[in-house]
Amino acid sequence: MSGSDIVVLVKPTPDITKVRFDVETGRVDRGSAELEINPFDLYALELAVRLRESLGGRIVALAMAPPHAEKALRDAIARGADRAILLSDSKFAGADTLATSYTLATAIRKLGSFRLILCGERSVDGDTGQVGPEVAEHLGVPHAAFVQGVVDFGDESITVEADFGVGYYLVRLKYPALLSVSRPLAFKGERLEPRIPKLSDLMRARKATVEVWQAGDLQGVDPSRIGWAGSPTRVVKAFYALEKGRNPVVFKSVDDAAEAVIELMKRKNLL
Amino acid sequence: MGYGVLTYVENVDGKLNPASLELLSKAGEIVRARGGKVYSVLVAASENSQEFRELAACGVDVLLVYKVGKDRLCDYLLHAEALAHAIRRVNPALVLVSATPWGRSFAPRVAARLGLGLTADCLDVYVDEAGDIVQVRPAFTGNLIAHIKTVTSPAMATVRPGVFPKPTPDYSRRFEAVVLEELPVYPSGLEVLGPSRRKSVSLSEASVVVAVGRGLRKKEDISLFMELAETLGGEYAVSKPLVDAGWFEKERQVGFSGNTVKPKVYLAFGISGAPQHIAGMKDSECVVAVNIDPSAPIAKYSDVFVVGDMYEVARRLLKRLKAFKS
Repeated sequence: MSGSDIVVLVKPTPDITKVRFDVETGRVDRGSAELEINPFDLYALELAVRLRESLGGRIVALAMAPPHAEKALRDAIARGADRAILLSDSKFAGADTLATSYTLATAIRKLGSFRLILCGERSVDGDTGQVGPEVAEHLGVPHAAFVQGVVDFGDESITVEADFGVGYYLVRLKYPALLSVSRPLAFKGERLEPRIPKLSDLMRARKATVEVWQAGDLQGVDPSRIGWAGSPTRVVKAFYALEKGRNPVVFKSVDDAAEAVIELMKRKNLL
Repeated sequence: MGYGVLTYVENVDGKLNPASLELLSKAGEIVRARGGKVYSVLVAASENSQEFRELAACGVDVLLVYKVGKDRLCDYLLHAEALAHAIRRVNPALVLVSATPWGRSFAPRVAARLGLGLTADCLDVYVDEAGDIVQVRPAFTGNLIAHIKTVTSPAMATVRPGVFPKPTPDYSRRFEAVVLEELPVYPSGLEVLGPSRRKSVSLSEASVVVAVGRGLRKKEDISLFMELAETLGGEYAVSKPLVDAGWFEKERQVGFSGNTVKPKVYLAFGISGAPQHIAGMKDSECVVAVNIDPSAPIAKYSDVFVVGDMYEVARRLLKRLKAFKS
């Protein structure tokens, strides 16, 4: 790895409408659904490809997931990654954001120097948005989260527009740095969309090697900081969210419907 | 184990975020149950006595103020420094930060630095029978509600804005102490150049939302629904496919990957009701849905369901509203 490389953190995520959740243990059964790259991370990957066109370097896709996530990493190769690494070990299981970010950061250290780390602003399953900034902290590099677009970049720094909540702000970060990106995502004024791999890309990805690293492959990793042991947040109980029992009044007449809405607005003191 | 609750007061652009005051009602509740004081940390370029008064009135016992130059106020890495410093100094049992994009950006750094667990986007925090702090958050697009304990201390959580009420201010209250700290300024590798765009709308605060989905035939047709929203004193919004199509800005998007809204009345036109959309509007007080398809999933999340053409219903409603208003 060289100082011009880009690491893309991809999270292989299940289709959230199909996944099973063990209410007893509070854990997600990630073996129960096929894993695909988290949709937000596809934008990070696409951004990496566009930056590589100008800045050079290689793209390393990095994930921590069960072994059957290999397919998702092949997809990352098809979409432009030069190298794909899957951190997979039962010792990593049960990790919350602190343990996950520590494990990812340890793997990035092993890779060596880099120019940028890119990831999606959050995952569709965990939805915390914490892993990106936590990885940046472990590695001691600046980050920008909720990045709406890349405005400018050069050999030393990159300027992005980030959502600060109260407004959008321009932030210039010196390399190495981490960006967690939103969607839609802009690239110098143009809207970025994840590319659909061509047949030749898929063929190349099928032949490529997905490297699998286990805990023992991470030099200096502290076993007390990975997996369940290294995860301070513990689900003590979980419930299926009760769907509010709304019982709709159904209208098929436009006039009656308009009347009903006006009555409703009056009742809520909105008219 | 720590004692008391530390809240972070968000001050990005020289104005306190009202969501920060909401944290104080919960902080007060927790210290009443477990003892200790309410501490707040504020990063500020100047001492604003009116804001201090408001914070004291809303329940802050001890305010820790970290002064920075005006030009560095919106450097979130400095806010992370300040919060980490305050946590070490106070050693509280619980740290609360609003789950705004700003809070969600820098709080994870503090958690990673101090080796603490952080629970994202909580809907509630309570003390259980054992006296432990429990954090409640949605998981899986809101399909599950998880109750979480943190084995490191302090427990740290970001809290979704709007879930706790703003405390009733008591202007006779005074701080027990105000602690002034100077933040060491260091090169962070990051430079906030300044605001680029304002947000044109804050959907989360609207009392009426007129949301439009895939039933919209072309972008220009939004004008009808904009007019309807305006007549109702609300905001127009869209579902994800219309943002993905590049027709509208994300700040108009309601749903899991957009904005969560809970208006008094939510009117959904031509929105079928994908789970990701429902996640963003299901807490609305009252839901009116208009759809040509009588079997659209949004029906079961509605109080009023109109089977019909969204354009026709919107036009008729607009006409009746205008007649009513004049």
